[in-house]
Amino acid sequence: MTRPRPDAATIAFVGLAIVAAAFFILPLIALIVRSPWSHALADLTAPNVAEALRLSLVCSLAAAALSAVFGIPLAWVYARIAFPGRSVVRAITTLPLVLPPVVGGIALLVAFGRRGVFGESLDAIGVRLPFTTAGVIVAETFVAMPFFVITVEAALRSMDRRYEEAARTLGADRARVLRTVTLPLIGPSIAAGLVLAWARALGEFGATITFAGNFPGTTQTMPLAAYLALETNIDSAVLLGLVLLAVSMVVLIALRDRLLGSA
Amino acid sequence: MPKYVAVLLVSLALVTACGGAAIQATPSPTARPTVAPTATTTPLTGKLTIFAAASLTESFNALAKEFTTQNPGVTITPNYAGSSALVTQIINGAQADIFASADEANMQKLVDAKLNSGDSKIFANNKLQIAVQAGNPKKITQLADLARNDLIVVLAAPSVPVGTYGQQAFDKAGVKVTPKSLETDVKQVVAKVSLGEADAGIVYSTDVKAGGAKVEGVTIPDQYNVVAKYPISLVKGTMNESAAKAFVDFVSSAKGKEILASFGFIVP
Repeated sequence: MTRPRPDAATIAFVGLAIVAAAFFILPLIALIVRSPWSHALADLTAPNVAEALRLSLVCSLAAAALSAVFGIPLAWVYARIAFPGRSVVRAITTLPLVLPPVVGGIALLVAFGRRGVFGESLDAIGVRLPFTTAGVIVAETFVAMPFFVITVEAALRSMDRRYEEAARTLGADRARVLRTVTLPLIGPSIAAGLVLAWARALGEFGATITFAGNFPGTTQTMPLAAYLALETNIDSAVLLGLVLLAVSMVVLIALRDRLLGSA
Repeated sequence: MPKYVAVLLVSLALVTACGGAAIQATPSPTARPTVAPTATTTPLTGKLTIFAAASLTESFNALAKEFTTQNPGVTITPNYAGSSALVTQIINGAQADIFASADEANMQKLVDAKLNSGDSKIFANNKLQIAVQAGNPKKITQLADLARNDLIVVLAAPSVPVGTYGQQAFDKAGVKVTPKSLETDVKQVVAKVSLGEADAGIVYSTDVKAGGAKVEGVTIPDQYNVVAKYPISLVKGTMNESAAKAFVDFVSSAKGKEILASFGFIVP
């Protein structure tokens, strides 16, 4: 190893690293620079924006809650119960991680739409999902829950099983072990999974607009409002973008120790 | 360390290789017919990017096919979306040679941004229809029916031309309609009706025609109907002005009009 060669490589790498960092930083600066600060407050409290913000918060929190209620059992089954076809089922249920959200929306529409494969029976009992707020929550849960499940499943797999075994030998049944040993031990991962799922739900666009449509007050969430505002009022679109950016920053800062280590 | 340098060099080589390939990919004017295309002295070549309203999808695909048959050196890349989305893309720097809008308001946005080249001209007109499922199971016969609360009505967003036209028609008929969704372009409205998720929507008569067997149209009387005017214009900074001009002329030619009319447009 001679001296100049590593130097050249280092310079090249630092140069590429700067390009990479700028690639993420510049758009955020632009969003802040272009924000209509003079009338930001008025724009933010405009009925459409306030409605979209409220709807986004309600739906994303509901999606995160549903992800936890159904996701903890699912992750537990994957981590603790061996059954035939587990890897296949597991792959299918985590597919939305990589599936384009619009495809998820189309799949939901042909499955649970009014004329969908399973939707006709839902319709018969009075459950209607497309064009409803419930539909938004379903679409958001569809894309968000896999994030929760893989986080919790990883924690269940990597935790020290001896605590569970000790509790079992001391006479605790499975339910008690789960309640008093397992869940407290993976608590931080459940919290992290909740935040990840919530953030994903908050940013959801493709599945929502495809499955639930777009109407202010019922299905128009922040990302949809931002997208449509771009065609009429770019100031409002930038501002909506900035709000979503601020929310994402808060999430990232709250999670930074878990996701990034303490940098 | 030399390992990293090697990786870097390989990736650089890949990047340049890809770049080279992209540049070489311009179409070569091979296999040209011996018959000269209509009224052009030098053969047209190169790429043409056309931003056209969603309602023009089928007709412009047919126009592009005919145009490239006459001018085999030209490759056309169409981009169909709501006119408002398209003009926003152009204003924000999307490379387009031609813009065809479904209304004059969005064409005016292009003019206001000084991104048009030459005057726009109206090349087609369209009328509104109520799109319903085939067989009209909900017995929808007039605009006033869309106010019924047992119906799921889906419209295009007000930023999209057909959304505004639809609202004008409702106003003329004195009908107040509460839609369940405001879609991003007219094709999404047709899709929701043909999937059976919506019972009715306001679309162009050409979209009903293009929508296939699952949708049918309910006529809106002329007194309430709105005539949509479709302007077309060159976009400033077009990389291929001669071909772009030729395409715009072709759209208004006898053959172009014949194609547009075959899709249900009213040609001036």
